[in-house]
Amino acid sequence: MTATETLIVTKRLRERPDDSWTLAGAQASGAYESLRKALTMEPAAIAEEVKLSQLRGRGGAGFPTATKWSFLPAGVEPRYLVINGDEAEPSTFKDRMLIERDPHQLVEGIAIASRALGVRHAFVYVRGEFALGAERIRDAVADARAAGIVGPRVMGTDMSLEITIHRGAGAYICGEETALLESLEGERGMPRIRPPFPAIAGLYAKPTVVNNVETISTLPAIIAMGGEEYAKPGVDRSRGTRIFSLSGDVNRPGNYELELGLTFRQLIEDFGGGVKGPGPAKFFIPGGASSQWLVTEHLDVPLDMDLVGRDYGVMLGSGAVMVYNQDMCPVRVALRLAKFFAHESCGKCTPCREGTGWIEKVLFRVEHGQGRPTDMDLLLDVGDNICPGLNAPFSQTTICPLGPSAVSAVVSLHKYFAAEVEAHVKEGRCLTAA
Amino acid sequence: MSFDPEEILARYPDHKASATLPLLYAVQERDGYCTNDGIAEVARLVGRSAAEVYGVCSFYSMFKRTPFGRYVVSVCTSVSCLNGGPELLEHLQHHYADDPDVMVEEVECLAACDGVPVMQVNYEFHQSVTGSEAVRIVAAYKSGELAAGGPSGQTGDGLVQDIGTRAVR
Repeated sequence: MTATETLIVTKRLRERPDDSWTLAGAQASGAYESLRKALTMEPAAIAEEVKLSQLRGRGGAGFPTATKWSFLPAGVEPRYLVINGDEAEPSTFKDRMLIERDPHQLVEGIAIASRALGVRHAFVYVRGEFALGAERIRDAVADARAAGIVGPRVMGTDMSLEITIHRGAGAYICGEETALLESLEGERGMPRIRPPFPAIAGLYAKPTVVNNVETISTLPAIIAMGGEEYAKPGVDRSRGTRIFSLSGDVNRPGNYELELGLTFRQLIEDFGGGVKGPGPAKFFIPGGASSQWLVTEHLDVPLDMDLVGRDYGVMLGSGAVMVYNQDMCPVRVALRLAKFFAHESCGKCTPCREGTGWIEKVLFRVEHGQGRPTDMDLLLDVGDNICPGLNAPFSQTTICPLGPSAVSAVVSLHKYFAAEVEAHVKEGRCLTAA
Repeated sequence: MSFDPEEILARYPDHKASATLPLLYAVQERDGYCTNDGIAEVARLVGRSAAEVYGVCSFYSMFKRTPFGRYVVSVCTSVSCLNGGPELLEHLQHHYADDPDVMVEEVECLAACDGVPVMQVNYEFHQSVTGSEAVRIVAAYKSGELAAGGPSGQTGDGLVQDIGTRAVR
């Protein structure tokens, strides 16, 4: 039986491809009806619906949203809501779609969350390269303000809400929530030591919630249908739907909104049109560049946020799934990932700053026929300095998880492709055809 | 081309220094790149030292510290673009090697992996392009057939003009 999508957060943009981002188009398909309802609810009641929905962060860490919200201390003002639109995890492209094509859903979600949290000023941090997205969300906020939906009197009530759009300027690390806050404060995007956590001391040292674009975009639907209803589909503690960005060697790459619990095989075959080129999938990377890999034998693993970590050492993370066919060389992919992390390392922590450089350089030698028999051990040793025990979910000697993320590909090469690495080292060439 | 610093500062009533990034975009747009004078000007506006703002500017890859002409052509060579991305980059680097108006740069994942390879011209997306198609697209920007909003493709507000409904998935 072919699986089908369940459209909740992507419903409007799919149904109205020509005007889902305009106020008129959005309102014609129900935008701001949930906000109207939320304005009649007590803040605690809104938070309760989010708790019942079992919504978890859709940016990568998958932290329960209601729990994150509950950390804000009562009576401390002002408090801030910051939307993380700095989507830069390689092979992830769902948040850009949401920002560009349903910005009013995001604005509505911001307003609902702001009512629940007592926030009067929210910020949307948009990745710098998303020029169109920044334009669309800025226009959406301006149009909503002109219509009295946000601003000094939200829909005529005495709630006030200002939303500031803030563009990043090209730095993957700014997707890490404390680096994002640094960047929003006008600094280099270098992560902060925790505690204190942003809920206690975040933006401008005030209580702050940082949530992902997709997470907040889900709030209008949760208010409309009720949290319990939202939580009905899914598996175990992964409830509801989420968007998966499928890319690589598949016939139909794209964003697909699925109930949690379907399998990787279903994602790749029922939605992605199957593997492009010689199949079956040789290896696939869930969760963006930061996750360890899965291989052919794992195709029937379910998209369950906890099971994939517990049983297979990987993560659903950002919802990206990147697929490689039989022609792709895993060393080549590992090298490209290493280059990415070395470039994006902010430089603050020594194990990452130095270690990502070492990983890239050693893999470069291996890929280009100058590998040494000791290289795999060296890579694992360097990795262990960043991620002690080379485990997943990872430990870290660093302030943020970028460093340990750079170790994932190394561990996967060792686990699944040791023969390929050895061929590179011994024969100076790749085993694969391409 | 000038910008209104007060409008930008007013977006961040609780913390002037938050205006640093949008002000850097504004001076880059006005001057063609982030000059030392532009950085010093931003520093004065936000109440920080020029050295501090220089440190911030140099952290972010979209702030350019040397003149880059009129068009920034960004080509992704990351993990979803491994088939086609590096070839596209090489083609464009070769083609525009002596063209002072066009800066071709290699970038990380641009979040458009459903149509590889991926390129941006002044931060407008163009997906699934071959080398020669990419050259035709850049030529269309040069002739005015496709609009771009100035040296950095941005208005003084820091956003691209005339995008219209040229949305990408």
